[in-house]
Amino acid sequence: MVQMDEIQRRLIREVADLHKVPEGAYNFRANGELAGRQSTKNIEITGKEDKSGIDIRIKDGTKNESVHIPVVLSESGHKETVYNDFYVGEDCDVLIVAGCGIDNCGSQDSEHDGIHRFFIGKNSKVKYVEKHYGSGDGSGKRILNPVTEVYMEENSAMEMEMVQIKGVDSTKRETLAELKAGARMVVQERLMTHGVQEAYSIYDVRLNGDGSSADVVSRSVARDKSYQKLDLCVLGNAVCSGHTECDSIIMDEGRILAVPSLEANNVDAMLVHEAAIGKIAGEQLNKLMTLGLTEQEAEEQIINGFLK
Amino acid sequence: MLELKNLSFGVEGNDIIRDLTLTVPDGRFVVITGPNGGGKSTLAKLIAGIEKPLSGQIILNGTDITDYSITERAKSGIAFAFQQPVRFKGLNVFDLLRIAAGKKLSVSEACQYLSEVGLCAKDYIDREVNASLSGGELKRIEIATVLARNASVCVFDEPEAGIDLWSFRNLTRIFENMRKNEEGRTIIIISHQERILNIADEIVVLADGKVKEQGPKDEIYPKLAGSELAEEPCGRLA
Ligand SMILES: Nc1ncnc2c1ncn2[C@@H]1O[C@H](COP(=O)(O)OP(=O)(O)O)[C@@H](O)[C@H]1O
Ligand SMILES: [Mg+2]
Repeated sequence: MVQMDEIQRRLIREVADLHKVPEGAYNFRANGELAGRQSTKNIEITGKEDKSGIDIRIKDGTKNESVHIPVVLSESGHKETVYNDFYVGEDCDVLIVAGCGIDNCGSQDSEHDGIHRFFIGKNSKVKYVEKHYGSGDGSGKRILNPVTEVYMEENSAMEMEMVQIKGVDSTKRETLAELKAGARMVVQERLMTHGVQEAYSIYDVRLNGDGSSADVVSRSVARDKSYQKLDLCVLGNAVCSGHTECDSIIMDEGRILAVPSLEANNVDAMLVHEAAIGKIAGEQLNKLMTLGLTEQEAEEQIINGFLK
Repeated sequence: MLELKNLSFGVEGNDIIRDLTLTVPDGRFVVITGPNGGGKSTLAKLIAGIEKPLSGQIILNGTDITDYSITERAKSGIAFAFQQPVRFKGLNVFDLLRIAAGKKLSVSEACQYLSEVGLCAKDYIDREVNASLSGGELKRIEIATVLARNASVCVFDEPEAGIDLWSFRNLTRIFENMRKNEEGRTIIIISHQERILNIADEIVVLADGKVKEQGPKDEIYPKLAGSELAEEPCGRLA
């Protein structure tokens, strides 16, 4: 029942690694229209009445199930704001795969602004994978401005993998999280910008409950004349531990501004930040060249590994 | 045959290698020793192409490779194990071995290289070559990448550094095996280690950027024994 053309299928493959209709629950959205939806016994997906978007409700105790909600835009000039809310019950263990692919061959800007909210119940474990990808050689921009809000109940765990490494002209990503006691969040962000692309990535993680923890790691590469601003903030309001890390490679005339910040409002908050920006180390290139790679091949291996 | 002819190198007016001439025939096992700061690592980098000489020539099997890039030298059969191995965020041990082999590498082949340097392959093959590895582990992986290259001229810069006492015998065995497996392979090792000096065909003493002594092991070694240039493993720990 999923209806899409070849371009749309290709985008889906890029953002969701999907070659066929996935098992479990899914919702496919193409150029603002529903292209396929399936709920399961434990995972119910319904469209919103008042605005564009869906509600995903996952029953207590749902384990080893997945939800795929890819979005594709292949029509130049299409702009949309979509609200998706995830209500994850207690004691769940689920995988959520989101992602947006834009193909813009036309002259008008295409834009997808996805606002995702996660309400994660006690003791639940969620793995969230989000990939953003752009293609097409039109002069119209490909714009993605995701907002992700995560509200974590006691002893829940959220692992987020956010990847944007190709073809998105302009992005502003905001991630907000609030953690109750014993909740744990791990974020791995991978970002690469080319040409004159701009990317802003903002994290605001609040450790509100005793024993909560967050580990936010962003690795990024800015090539050509692209620009990135990385703003990682962790607040410790309890007996908690937080770690943030921005690790960036600049190439060509790329520019990166890393603005790490930590705020401790409790004497037992343990917060650490690490940040490094630099070009590829000459000795790394040398080593790979002594193994027979050309300078360019060496560079590719280093970048690919770094963003893996 | 590797010929270094009247090589000179310096940085900002400081001479590091001075008019150095050295010939290493095919299949020879040469150990270069000498005081710290004598120019040994610099000489190795000149051979690998990481540094370019100010004057002089480097000739490999009759071809002048002085102007070859690092990559071209690697492709002509030169392999080099760094004194200080480089760390890579995101590349794992298997990636490095695969790149070194320059072809599709099976996991079992990669494991062989690792076992040879005394690392339990299954624990290391997926490890990132980053700061989580100890100095000694990195050194062994560095040696494994040279083994994987299967090159005709192999240069090792102080391979013993960071390797514990237990594995000295294994280290010398690696070099002996390398020779056994390929008759014509030239091995150049920079070392202060008595047991490594002991298995050399020829010893070169490098000091002040010049060859101070050169000759068969039996001739040079007795002159070094007991001096600080030939260290026993225990001496290092003291
Ligand atoms: N890139 C460099 N810039 C400045 N001085 C250098 C550089 N490389 C080596 N040297 C100097 O050259 C001398 C020889 O160094 P090196 O080749 O590392 O000696 P060895 O390996 O024998 O200990 C030392 O005095 C060292 O400080
Ligand atoms: Mg040295």
